[in-house]
Amino acid sequence: MDAPILEVRDLVKQYTAITAVAGVSFSVPQGMCFGLLGPNGAGKTTTIEIMEGILPATAGEVRYRGEPQGASFREEAGILFQKTALQDFLTVRQSIALFRGLYRSGLGVDEVLKLCALEALAGRDRRKLSGGQQQRLLLAIALVNDPAVLFLDEPTTGLDPQARRNFWDLVQSIKARHKTIILTTHYMEEAELLCDEVAIMDRGRIVAQGPPQRLLREHFAEVLLELPRQDFPPAARELPLQLLEASDRIEITTQDLEGTLRTLLAAHVPLTNLRIRPANLEDLFLALTGKELRP
Amino acid sequence: MIRRLASVWHARNLEFLRDRGTLMFTLLLPLMLVVGMGFVFGGPPRPLFKVGVLAEQIDKATSPFLREQYVQFVATPDEPTALHKLTHQTLDLVVDLGANARYWVNTDSPKGYIVEKLLLAAVPGAQRQPVTGVAVRYVDWLFPGILGMNLMFSCLFGVGYVVVRYRKSGFLKRLHATPLSAFEFLGAQVLSRLAIIVTVTSILYFGIGTIIGFHSAGNVALLALLMIVGALSMIALGLTVAARFSSEELVGGVLNVLTWPMMLLSGVWFSLEDSPRWVQWVAHVFPLTHVLDGARAVMLDGAGLAQVAPHLLYLAATTLAFLAFGAWSFRWRID
Repeated sequence: MDAPILEVRDLVKQYTAITAVAGVSFSVPQGMCFGLLGPNGAGKTTTIEIMEGILPATAGEVRYRGEPQGASFREEAGILFQKTALQDFLTVRQSIALFRGLYRSGLGVDEVLKLCALEALAGRDRRKLSGGQQQRLLLAIALVNDPAVLFLDEPTTGLDPQARRNFWDLVQSIKARHKTIILTTHYMEEAELLCDEVAIMDRGRIVAQGPPQRLLREHFAEVLLELPRQDFPPAARELPLQLLEASDRIEITTQDLEGTLRTLLAAHVPLTNLRIRPANLEDLFLALTGKELRP
Repeated sequence: MIRRLASVWHARNLEFLRDRGTLMFTLLLPLMLVVGMGFVFGGPPRPLFKVGVLAEQIDKATSPFLREQYVQFVATPDEPTALHKLTHQTLDLVVDLGANARYWVNTDSPKGYIVEKLLLAAVPGAQRQPVTGVAVRYVDWLFPGILGMNLMFSCLFGVGYVVVRYRKSGFLKRLHATPLSAFEFLGAQVLSRLAIIVTVTSILYFGIGTIIGFHSAGNVALLALLMIVGALSMIALGLTVAARFSSEELVGGVLNVLTWPMMLLSGVWFSLEDSPRWVQWVAHVFPLTHVLDGARAVMLDGAGLAQVAPHLLYLAATTLAFLAFGAWSFRWRID
């Protein structure tokens, strides 16, 4: 990876009664897809909006290409907010053209339409798009200035699985163009698929940071056994096992799969609904904070 | 059904009552209307007719006509001034009650017709004098007021609500993420609304003008310039109001508080020459007063650029002041 294109140093955002971001630092090399992960209220959106220059920080700074963000930053940044409204009565093409007119340079409207698979919808009233199509239009608008840095704040929240997968394909094609992407999400699958590096946030702080696979290797040498909560008798909680309790399931981490299975059978724990799988980022978050990402 | 209706009714009432700004302006408007109307129209019963007397002061003993009830007699020693007011229907009759009593009446004025009868009953020998110049009908006098009122509502409400809706929906926040500056955004809104205003006002001017048979005494291009600068001032005022609010109801309340006094005090419907001095002073703060005074001077008196220059300068200055304040206080997102 190249030298950092973005650096976040000791970022703090204090509201009257709430500290939304409590001293966050990280750097993002050029061409990387960097993920900010965490549950609602973790401080992801506040952090990304300060990075975008939309919100002022209470303390700390964001540096772009080694310098404080100047007026030119907005020419070089593409942004997809968590919630964005566009002007009414405009077609898809007109909506893109409106934003293209706000930048000195960038891609042609037709090129952006093609990049985001919107050619067939170019003449449609943007209010008549489906959720997935709407997100593709917002992505197209974020790309219209051919940005060096692309900010995606929970881009697939509320989309159906098919639309989500289509969106991920689009993001991967943008990654292939060597764009730097900052992504916030609470979908672990999304982060594992798209991000080269993630920072896991909880209560305004980063609790772990690194490439997803490395983080998982560091924290989980074991496999994970999942049992529905109702299948796990109370007495079994006293067993000498490493247990994590999620809302609907019990997770057991172990390096000795056979020994653990024998222990469970001896305690008469029903294993009909047992699932064995490798650990993922959701497990990592649960292990680090004792909380689930999606309550 | 009643329970559902009551639930929604209760929730809506709570929403309204807890939106302090909207509540305040909703209550403030009727209060202002009561106080304002009281000042403008209050006091003893108003005279029905207004007669200019060519004399330094009114001496009721000199003529029985001066003792008529419900007639306001105004000492207007300068004859040309009195006749100008007569042609503009701010006086119904002008009399000279000297040795050879004579009078002037605007034949297009219904009030003038009646008060002439009163005069001739009291002073049978009074001689009618010809009125030189074009007599102005009430509809001619009202016409600039209608144009100005339409201009005011379209400018203030047209831009005010749009900007608040953009802010509320998050569209402004999205624009803020681009290189667009507040001044550029506001400038685009001003020009867009101005194009609409120019089109609508032109249609009104030529359409109504044709129907009522009105012809401007002055230069139409100067009138257009006055209307454009007036529209700019009021659009900028609308943008200033909408600069940071995110509630349509609140902005509606503020705009009502601005538009009603302007409609009543700027001389849309009637001349405020007889109103208290402070009312006239307040009226001259409003951009609409300068639009109407300037427009009437051009349309009715054929005034040139030099005569309406003070109005143009005031409107231009308020445009810049409102725009500067609007850009300074502008918020892209809901705080």
